[in-house]
Parts: sequence; C-alpha cells; structure tokens
Amino acid sequence: MAKMHITTTINGEPTEFLCDPQQSMLDVLRDNLGLTGSKEGCGSGDCGACSITLDGRLVCACLMLAPEAEGKKIETVEGIAKGDQLHPLQKKFVEFAALQCGICTPGVLVAAKALLEKNNNPTETEVRFWLAGNLCRCTGYDKIIRAVMDVAADMRGAAR
Amino acid sequence: MNDVRYSAPNSLDEASKAMMAAGGAGRILAGGTDLLVQMRSGMQKPGVIVDIKKIDEMMSIQDLGGGSFRIGAAVSGALIGEHKALKKAWPGVVEAINLIGSKQIQGRASAGGNLCNASPAADSGPALVAAGAMLTIHGPNGRREIPVEKLHSGPGRTTLAPGEILVSFTLPARPKGSSDAYLRLIPRTEMDIAVVGVGVNLTISGGKCTAARVGLGAVAPTVLLVEDAGKALVGSSLDDAALEKAAAACRAACKPINDKRGTIEYRTKIAGVLLKRSAAIAIERAKGN
Repeated sequence: MAKMHITTTINGEPTEFLCDPQQSMLDVLRDNLGLTGSKEGCGSGDCGACSITLDGRLVCACLMLAPEAEGKKIETVEGIAKGDQLHPLQKKFVEFAALQCGICTPGVLVAAKALLEKNNNPTETEVRFWLAGNLCRCTGYDKIIRAVMDVAADMRGAAR
Repeated sequence: MNDVRYSAPNSLDEASKAMMAAGGAGRILAGGTDLLVQMRSGMQKPGVIVDIKKIDEMMSIQDLGGGSFRIGAAVSGALIGEHKALKKAWPGVVEAINLIGSKQIQGRASAGGNLCNASPAADSGPALVAAGAMLTIHGPNGRREIPVEKLHSGPGRTTLAPGEILVSFTLPARPKGSSDAYLRLIPRTEMDIAVVGVGVNLTISGGKCTAARVGLGAVAPTVLLVEDAGKALVGSSLDDAALEKAAAACRAACKPINDKRGTIEYRTKIAGVLLKRSAAIAIERAKGN
C-alpha cells in the first residue's frame, strides 16, 4: 500500500511524515513521531486522553485521520511547556495534586489550555462542561477543576 | 482495513465522481466522529475515504437575510455554536447541534454527518425537522432539494443515491415573533444518546400561534415530523389545552422500541412531556423576538 507524504506543523515545528491513508493522527503522533504524550484511552472519542488542537480547535486525535493534518497546525501536550519551564497549568496540577495515575493528564491539560485561551474567567460549571469530554478515573475531578479555576484566577490577576 | 485510499477533492463534482468510482466502498469523511469509530469496530470497511472538508460550500455558513441561513453540511458544531447571528435566529437548532458530544467532538462533528449517519436518536434531526430545513444534495445527475424529514429511510439508512452528497441545509426565513427550542431526555447531565428528543418551532402573532412544526426523535425508526402536533398549536393562544393536544399528538406518533435506555411506555410518556417543555421555551423566546 502506498504511503502518503504529509507536511504539517506540530508544536510550531514544520514536520513531515509518511502514513497509511487510514492511520489515525494519534497513531502517527505516538508510533511514527514518538510523541507519546497523547494517550489512547478508548479510541472512540469518549475519553479525551488523546486531546490535541487542530488549527487551534480542540479535537480527539483518535478520531482524526493522519492525512487530514496536511497544511494544518497541531498542538500536543509536548508543546505546552517551554523548554524546562512548565506551563502555569502544569505547575498548578502538581501543586494541587490534580492527577494520580496520569493517563488522562495530557488530554486534560490540552483541553484546559484551550478553554483558558478562549475564556480566562470561566465559572465552575463552564469548566466542568468543557472538561466533560476528558474522563479521569482517579481524582474525582474536584482537584482538576480547582486547579484550572486557580490558573484562570492567576491569569486574570497577572493581566491586571 | 486494507488498501484504503484517501482523497480530499476541492469540488463536489470530483467528490461525487470519487464516490461513484468507488462503487459501494466509498465513504464520506466530514468530522469523522462516527466514521472512524465505525472503521475501528469493523462496522465500516471503506475502500475510498472522500474527505469533503476542502470544498468551500460544505464548510461555510451563509446569512441569507430574514433569519434564513444556509449551513454547509461539514461545518463543525463548534463553528455553528460560535455564529452569533445564527444562534440568535435559530437557538433551538444550534442548541440541538451543540448537544452532540464533548467539546472535542464538537470541534469536528458536523450536522450533515449527524444527519447522514441516520441514527433515529440523532439530536440534529428533530430540531431541523421542526425548523423546516431543506437539504441540498449534489449527485452525478446534478442537484436536488428535499425536506430534511425525507432523508432517513430507516436506522442508519438514507435516501441518498450512489454518488450523492449532502451539501448543505437551509433554514427558512421566519416572521417576527418566531423561535424554536430543542430538548432531549438523557440519563446523564451531558454526552449521552437521547431517549427522546423534541424540537419545536413556532410563530406567535397577536397572542395567537400562527405557525408551528414539531420534530420528534428516538421514538421511531426515523426522525418524525408530527404534523398533528403542529396543527394542535396553530390558531390557539398556546394555552394548556392546546399544549396537551399537541402532547397527545406526539404520544400518538411514537413507535419506539424497548431498549436499555427506555421502555416503550416511558418513551411515549416523555415525548408528551418534552413537547410541553420545549414549546414553553420556544414561546418565551418567540415573545422576545
């Protein structure tokens, strides 16, 4: 079967890869490109562990075909920290212990970052609805929600 | 999943040709939130995947004036939800489409895909039927238009012929004093499949209902237009008696199945309850217009 040659941008880096036409973006990220931060939980768009952004839009990498990445901009959890400098969300997740096993964490971080870029003053309800597509079996969600709310408050404080 | 080909044509003619050339093995890819899951489970084994997201007409929302909008079949739920004029003009249609899945799903899933997947429980169905949406279909023999309630022929089946592609749906212009609403019942707070879904679209003038359409989902093999429910409302002052008559028409239209989500009796009762509740929301909204 002929491989497809795809040119895209991942975490700001121009990237090329070869893929099968029916390969998912998640499989290419993990298996072809070694970006294993995005996790496969369910493979059916229910759990959000593979959350990435595609041209700034939050999507499940497991529900996207790799050839669709042609000419697009993709952001994964690997692009959130700047070198050794953790993103405020990452710092707050550590501080608040907003994770236990960590499988859902990359997807939650990507989704929470997408929310805060859209709305830095979300209500708790808005945060809970926004993150409803990210399943966590450890934390009971409260710590995650509090961490995101606290980062939002910090962002607003810094903006003043 | 062997020897699958992927193509992303720039025009509907090319897309239609690619579907025809694939015989029965072509599958349209819009948001992929159904197709990729079905491919993974082995339910779908496409030979050719035709990605229609490079076709401008399928990816744009046009404001036609007077509250009329033409919406590309592949436009994502997120974009529909962010379109302020559309949301103001058709709040029921937008809320139905935005109920489909999580934010991640909304980022990709389209109303056109939701319709063509042809689940009887699809949330876009009842709202678009109530709205009186017209579908534009492009095929090897040119274009045709059908009312949305004529799209489904059974669970998972549509009336689209080989090579035909759903291009867009058009919401009609409505007079002042019109609005719409969609409600569904699910056991959870969010992200579940409708046990019953009801869309109501009505116009009020001088205290009387002058036009009404009701769409009903998840209670029959296809989404239903309940003409008797609309008739029960038209000419009334939308009083309790008229609403009960419309609710009875909804109950009478139900031909549901028993499954893990609900029994026949429960679905039938809820269809009437949701008619009244969504009508109440549509009435409140219409009064503000």
